[in-house]
Amino acid sequence: MSRLLTMKDVWIEGRSDESWNPIINGIDLHLDKGEVLGLIGESGAGKSTMGLAAMGFCRDGVRISKGSVEFEGIDLLKASAAKKRALLGKRIAYVAQSAAASFNPAHRIIDQHTEGPVQHGVMSKSESERDAMELYAKLRLPDPEQIGFRYPHQVSGGQLQRAMTAMAMSCRPDLIIFDEPTTALDVTTQIEVLASIRDIVEQFGTAAIYITHDLAVVAQMADRIKVLLKGDEVETADTRTMLSSPKEDYTKSLWAVRDFVRPAKPAVHTSATPVVSVQGVTAAYGKVDVLNEVSFDIHEGRTVAVVGESGSGKSTTARCITGLLPPRQGVIEFDGVALPADYRKRNKAQLRQAQMIYQMADTALNPRKTIGEIIGRPVEFYMGLKGREKRRRVEELLDEIELPADQYIDRLPSELSGGQKQRIGIARALAAEPKFIICDEVTSALDQLVAEGILKLLARLQDELHLSYMFITHDLATVKSIADEVVVMKDGEVVEQGPKAQMFQPPHHPYTDLLLSSVPEMDPDWLSTLLAERGIDNIGDAAVNKMSYNGTQSKGC
Amino acid sequence: MSTVLKIILQRLALGVLTLFVVSILIFAAVNMLPGDFAQAILGQGATPDAVEAIRRDLGLDQPPVARYFQWLAGALQGDLGNSFAQANFASFVGADSGGNTASVATQIAPRFWNTMFLAGVTALIAVPFSVVLGILAALYRNSVFDKFTNIFTLSSISSPEFFLAYILILFLAVLNPWLPSLSNIYQGMGFGERLEKTLLPALTLTLVVTAHMMRMTRAAIINLLASPYIEMARLKGLSPMRVIVRHALPNALAPIINVIALNLAYLITGVVVVEVVFVYPGIGQLFVDSVKIRDIPVVQACCLIFAGAYILLNLTADIMSIISNPRLRHPK
Amino acid sequence: MSFWLEIMGVLLGCLAAGWLFQFAGEKITHGKPFFRDMPLSIAFGYALGAVVLVWIVWSYYLARTLEAPEVNKYFFFRRAIDAFILFAIAAWLFRLLGRSVGTQGTKKLFRQMPLTASFGLLTILIYALLAIFAGVLAPYGQEQIIQGAAANIAPGGDPAMGGNPAYPLGTDQIGRDILSRLIYGAQNTVGIAFATTCLAFVLGGTLGFLAATLGGWLDQVLSRGVDVLMAIPSLIFALLLMTIASAWAGSEKGLLTFYMVVIIAVIDSTRVFRLARAVGANIVVMDYIEAAKLRGEGLFYLIFKEILPNAISPLLAEFGLRFCFVFLTIASLSFLGVGIQPPLADWGTMVRDLAQFINFAAFAPQVASAPLLAAGAIALLTVAVNFVVDWMLHRSSGLKE
Repeated sequence: MSRLLTMKDVWIEGRSDESWNPIINGIDLHLDKGEVLGLIGESGAGKSTMGLAAMGFCRDGVRISKGSVEFEGIDLLKASAAKKRALLGKRIAYVAQSAAASFNPAHRIIDQHTEGPVQHGVMSKSESERDAMELYAKLRLPDPEQIGFRYPHQVSGGQLQRAMTAMAMSCRPDLIIFDEPTTALDVTTQIEVLASIRDIVEQFGTAAIYITHDLAVVAQMADRIKVLLKGDEVETADTRTMLSSPKEDYTKSLWAVRDFVRPAKPAVHTSATPVVSVQGVTAAYGKVDVLNEVSFDIHEGRTVAVVGESGSGKSTTARCITGLLPPRQGVIEFDGVALPADYRKRNKAQLRQAQMIYQMADTALNPRKTIGEIIGRPVEFYMGLKGREKRRRVEELLDEIELPADQYIDRLPSELSGGQKQRIGIARALAAEPKFIICDEVTSALDQLVAEGILKLLARLQDELHLSYMFITHDLATVKSIADEVVVMKDGEVVEQGPKAQMFQPPHHPYTDLLLSSVPEMDPDWLSTLLAERGIDNIGDAAVNKMSYNGTQSKGC
Repeated sequence: MSTVLKIILQRLALGVLTLFVVSILIFAAVNMLPGDFAQAILGQGATPDAVEAIRRDLGLDQPPVARYFQWLAGALQGDLGNSFAQANFASFVGADSGGNTASVATQIAPRFWNTMFLAGVTALIAVPFSVVLGILAALYRNSVFDKFTNIFTLSSISSPEFFLAYILILFLAVLNPWLPSLSNIYQGMGFGERLEKTLLPALTLTLVVTAHMMRMTRAAIINLLASPYIEMARLKGLSPMRVIVRHALPNALAPIINVIALNLAYLITGVVVVEVVFVYPGIGQLFVDSVKIRDIPVVQACCLIFAGAYILLNLTADIMSIISNPRLRHPK
Repeated sequence: MSFWLEIMGVLLGCLAAGWLFQFAGEKITHGKPFFRDMPLSIAFGYALGAVVLVWIVWSYYLARTLEAPEVNKYFFFRRAIDAFILFAIAAWLFRLLGRSVGTQGTKKLFRQMPLTASFGLLTILIYALLAIFAGVLAPYGQEQIIQGAAANIAPGGDPAMGGNPAYPLGTDQIGRDILSRLIYGAQNTVGIAFATTCLAFVLGGTLGFLAATLGGWLDQVLSRGVDVLMAIPSLIFALLLMTIASAWAGSEKGLLTFYMVVIIAVIDSTRVFRLARAVGANIVVMDYIEAAKLRGEGLFYLIFKEILPNAISPLLAEFGLRFCFVFLTIASLSFLGVGIQPPLADWGTMVRDLAQFINFAAFAPQVASAPLLAAGAIALLTVAVNFVVDWMLHRSSGLKE
């Protein structure tokens, strides 16, 4: 195989606060023809910047300060603007994270597709249109003859992402940069797009750099993996070698994250009064019902995980429990007593009992208040503590969440890392001394190592304080590690519920089955095996649609 | 297409409703005068007879609601009532009031066209100039050119209109006698002469409006250039020209048209001061004069015209941005 | 015709010079990307900029060397350039001072500050001092008709032109010292505008946050009401209401000024309402507000302890802009004769009263500068505030641009 791309000792800086700060610190990268390189790292590792630099491109306020980027002997950093333009789109193409934002809303999809080939003189307009339809068919887009003649906003996210892959393929480039192409998609859609991308890259023998933060995804796509951490390279190896025997500690810790599993607790007595009982709740935004007859119980000291894709009604259920959205029908019982539907009608004691931890710690903490004020407010509000007593209690709570009180009590949230902010959110909930806490996607915005720490903390607190959790998540790995019981939701209804052990063993409801099987695993053969088992037409949207036709679910679409 | 049509019709109806409410507001505001109009015109020392005569003359003995609808009905037919200044005079000489010379409409009509002429000349100079400058500043943002225009436009926005007007008079009329400093326009004047006399007020307005329009255009374009689809177009290896013409412009049209309409609406306010400085016989000057002598019917009528034009332009901006939005033009 | 030919010639010359500049630059630097990728349009821009710069320097040279009467033509140009250089130096020194004195925080602030912003801050500071100490600084009272001095002494202090060195800016038509009135103008015009803006913010801000927090019918009613009020151009609306106010106030001039403050504050509060509501609505959807609501906090706590601290910086920037707007509106009203009422000294009225002096500019430039000083005083403050606000907005938008 011959060398396609060589990046040597690349240093990249970004401008902030009137000075240049390093983003990438001298990374080497090379790629052979037809090879797929996975570039992984946590947020802020500089993956996307590196991907764009491979095209000799920098965003505004970013510059390549040193190094060389050679594409087939042409140094992209020294080449003239015109020479670079002749390569971009034609021989090096790019697939962006958000297809919805990266398609121009003013033009039809196919016109944007053909623009590259026509401008680069590769094909005529009509040739390119015909080629586009063939590519759409190869990528298994529905109605490939017609779909290109729609405008971007008329097509769904997963389809748009595939249309963008087709656009990148339009000139048959030698190299494609995929910048987190499936991050914004649901799991069942993601698998479809992954399968299409992998197929077409293999078929045309295109080399690719696949950027992602998801290890399991990159394991399916890449021949070789490069791990980045804060602008430095950690290690590079073949996918299989990397998965089976990572060398560096950082890589090992990444690989080990999903090992944390908490044994499920023994089943509860059926006669015990649940802490929270959701009974036949139906709720609506305006006139549209978004929840339909949802019922489940949460017992003392237990964790109930509510799983489902976006739009399944998990968060709406939480809003009903907290009273932000009074249900149209049904009741919420707390310790066997029905709560008023509207939170404004609940008394202080009722409000105190149920607390909430949010997904985005950034928006959950008031940026203008110090940590002491944030945690101190519920202490003062509910417990009536003031002055020194209040401070002592805040210090206790900070100890509880494993942050040294004297260092953190006077800081602002902006001076904390993502994981620390999430811990403050937990401390604020604990300050009310509740029996029940709703955790709304608390780990999904965090990097995996940090997320694991939060899960362990929550587990410890549960044991110590006998808390009950309602754990809202779309990530089945999280469910596996912390849940006692699982509730699967789809389109505002409970599809299946039961103890964790049962849920991860067949037989399932077909939707649970699809959901479970769509979650990528850290096995490089997982996708191939799955496709062989289920068949190419039985994944993603296609499978969901089939389900609604079969009548297993009355509320399809 | 039907959804767009529906939204546009909704906006139009809303515009008419707003104008209606505004007319009530204007009418009601004037009715808050202490005593009544008659007292206001004649002052404290007027004889009761004279006051009574004017009250009857103006129909002030009727209830306010009836008066409002009479006024509205009149306004819709182009009859804006009679000017107090004239009515006052007429009742003293005992002549028949309500004659043509006294009506507000005949006073306003020629001045209205003068103002339209001034606004038109301003728009013709300002719009192309500021849009081009705004796009250039956005394309070469953070360059010396951009920083200089930023300082220049900020200064121009910050200056009161009369300051700019006197500066222009100073340099273009007094120190270098190129243009006349007074705009004594009369009917039957030749177009060239008229244009010459209008040029200085038009340039003043241009300075003000250009600054606003340029800054808004620049902001709109920069906002657009930061969108991912522009980055995508550049990464497809398209020439800078094509990126601008094919990818940026179709989406920039809506914000630019919006900016133009909003600034033409802004012209309406600017015209008042500038007309006074240059003694330009337009509707703005009439308005200020009437305010000073409390000629209520004229004030009301001018107010209604200004508000109407303002609402119309804002409505145009609204509708233009609806029409140029691809998401609405091509519904799912 | 020859004028247009000259312009065309200069433009074509610039084009040629620009092309030469780019070509030579590329050859000399052996194809540095700066020259190599430079389009002709940008090269043309450089050439044009150079020509304008040369023209300014040449004119300034003429202004300093020519004798009267030719120099009269360049008098204002020279003064403008002098003032520009003076302000630039003052701003630079002020920034230097800020960088070396004060706390760590303010030092850092001054280090990142562009010259325009430090100029703005310095100017605002000077105006504030002028307004506070007007009584000490002004040689005469603002209403004082000076005994022994004639009315209508021409500005400039040159006896040959009808001036008097004791009154450098002359006296007005009833014998009041114009310089003193200019200084008192800072107190009256700026003070009244400041009070009006504060009133507008209290009114609009409170209602805006209430509408954002409570939503529902209150929000609907307030928002639609504001829509209607905003459908009338603000200066026009102010003039209409001033007509009525003047009838109410009758001969009490002080009362009319008070009415004006209220009228402009109400009209302007609609704009504040819009902003406060928008900013508030963005904050209300944050999870920490939801957390506070679910804790059972009251409305007062929500607005003042949770929302307001996060709305301060956009509101502060808006305060600067609204102040400029109010200030200009009041100046315009005064200029039109229906704003701040005599005997209070105010810049808008002074411009109107002194405007005819501008016609003397060709032979007595000193005389003509009096009305321009008053108008320039208005412009200078708004420019300064705008520069500071522009910088604040740029800072808060961070790296986005």
